[in-house]
Amino acid sequence: MLKDITLGQYFPGNSFIHRLDPRAKLIMLVVYIVALFVAVSWISYGVMLAFLILCIAVSQIPLKSILKGMKPLLVILVFTGLLNLFLTDGNTVLVSFWVITITLEGIVRAILMVARILMLVTGTFLLTYTTSPIALTDGLEALMSPLKKLRLPVHELAMMMCIALRFIPTLIEETDKIMSAQKARGADFETGNLLQRVKALVPILIPLFISAFRRADELATAMECRCYHGGDGRTKMKLLRYSLWDFETFAIGAVLLAGIITLAWFGL
Amino acid sequence: MRADTLQCGEGLTRREETVLAPFLEIKNLSHIYSGGTPFEHIALKDVSFRVERGEFIGIIGHTGSGKSTLMQHLNGLLKPTSGEILLDGVDIWTNKKITRQARFRVGLVFQYPEYQLFEETVYKDIAFGPKNMGLKEAEIDRRVREAAGFVGITEEQLKVSPFDLSGGQKRRVAIAGVIAMEPEILILDEPTAGLDPVGREGILENIQAYRRAKNATVMMVSHSMSDVARLTDRLLVMNNAHLVMDGTPGQVFTHARELVEMGLDIPEVTRVFLRLQELGLPVQPVYSVEQAVAALTALKEGKGNA
Repeated sequence: MLKDITLGQYFPGNSFIHRLDPRAKLIMLVVYIVALFVAVSWISYGVMLAFLILCIAVSQIPLKSILKGMKPLLVILVFTGLLNLFLTDGNTVLVSFWVITITLEGIVRAILMVARILMLVTGTFLLTYTTSPIALTDGLEALMSPLKKLRLPVHELAMMMCIALRFIPTLIEETDKIMSAQKARGADFETGNLLQRVKALVPILIPLFISAFRRADELATAMECRCYHGGDGRTKMKLLRYSLWDFETFAIGAVLLAGIITLAWFGL
Repeated sequence: MRADTLQCGEGLTRREETVLAPFLEIKNLSHIYSGGTPFEHIALKDVSFRVERGEFIGIIGHTGSGKSTLMQHLNGLLKPTSGEILLDGVDIWTNKKITRQARFRVGLVFQYPEYQLFEETVYKDIAFGPKNMGLKEAEIDRRVREAAGFVGITEEQLKVSPFDLSGGQKRRVAIAGVIAMEPEILILDEPTAGLDPVGREGILENIQAYRRAKNATVMMVSHSMSDVARLTDRLLVMNNAHLVMDGTPGQVFTHARELVEMGLDIPEVTRVFLRLQELGLPVQPVYSVEQAVAALTALKEGKGNA
């Protein structure tokens, strides 16, 4: 049952977006997010949405899996929508009842806010869906490498992220196994009040932590046995190289950002 | 008058049924993981067998043959996609209460059970199962001490943290945690994996002791063919989600060649005898050293006579 978690999982494919350099994709995502926050009007939102739909179409990721990944966001979306709906001041009052006032401005703002979050998350999903975790950490490391001058342990951070991503499925499997074993001893996770349910988690969490530490220890030993000593002087098997496509992508990103800024300049 | 007789008759057949119903019966059990998705995987297909009280059953089959899935069905951890599991003639999925009862009546010890220890002391960890059963303090105490006795955990060891024990001792504590629920059927998934020969022998003896004392059924998954050949009185062979053989070790190991084709090991002595057969000696495959000695002695004497 825990295996059903799909949040931002890599979806192997061979589309244009899949083949882009991870650095290009990361920079594009930043550009996209900035543009999304600069956008103020229906028109600029429309442009952003068109761009997003184009990207999804090119990536060949089934719309169904993107929507499935949205499910955990539902609460946040509803919450944001309602807050903006009720708490926006405006002149055009539509409904006024007790402490609740709904204005036209509120409705517009609620819709735009929810749209912004949805587009933000979809854009990010598109990155994680089309980029394998290893390529992603490689790209991050390359982009952050200037920070090495500031003595930031960039390679170590990237390695930690890579290991963390690698072990998510392992830990999920482990949790499933421990849950079954404790259920076989009559543990009950499904009934009882909140306190009882939290207490019922102890027999899962303690073995899980112990096994996670044990795994970490074993992994560290295995890495040291192969003479791992951090990033200094380490070479890569797969070097990241920008292709023509990546530069085309940067051009598209520049045009998009410039367009949205111009629109915002004119208040559109 | 007539109604009376009818009722009597009904009562009689019902009682007869309970007497005749096998202790545990698996009927046409199938299990499909992620049914209806591209990841669909058939783990069990149409498995049926019966188990009686006091039997010692070995389950063999290579990795991915469905052994673990089968085990987890027997105490209601997994729900069958189709088919039934009847305990004393009652489907364990009849209602929630019966399912929960089945969890306690059928004790399941997973592979590497020592990784599931979590309490501060050995005593508390063994008491986890009985506590979940809702037993009284005195009864829990009796069961913990008895279970510890079965696996050879001393009075002093009950007070220490399970994490301070050695690997083999941790395994014993984990098995005691299931034994303390006094299951009528004890199922173990490779209880001796990763232990040294002395540790293996000890655990197998502990299991035998429990079975004899409580007339419990034991089902054991094992990759050690000599262990199952020596200990069990019945073998179930799983292959590709199917139950392909069900018989005494003697019957099963006469199909040694088929077992090898399934990617399974056979006892070393059986392998030697198969080779002898190939070389033209008039011997039948055996599966224990005692039998081998008997067979070879008979052969030698026969030759001497001739």
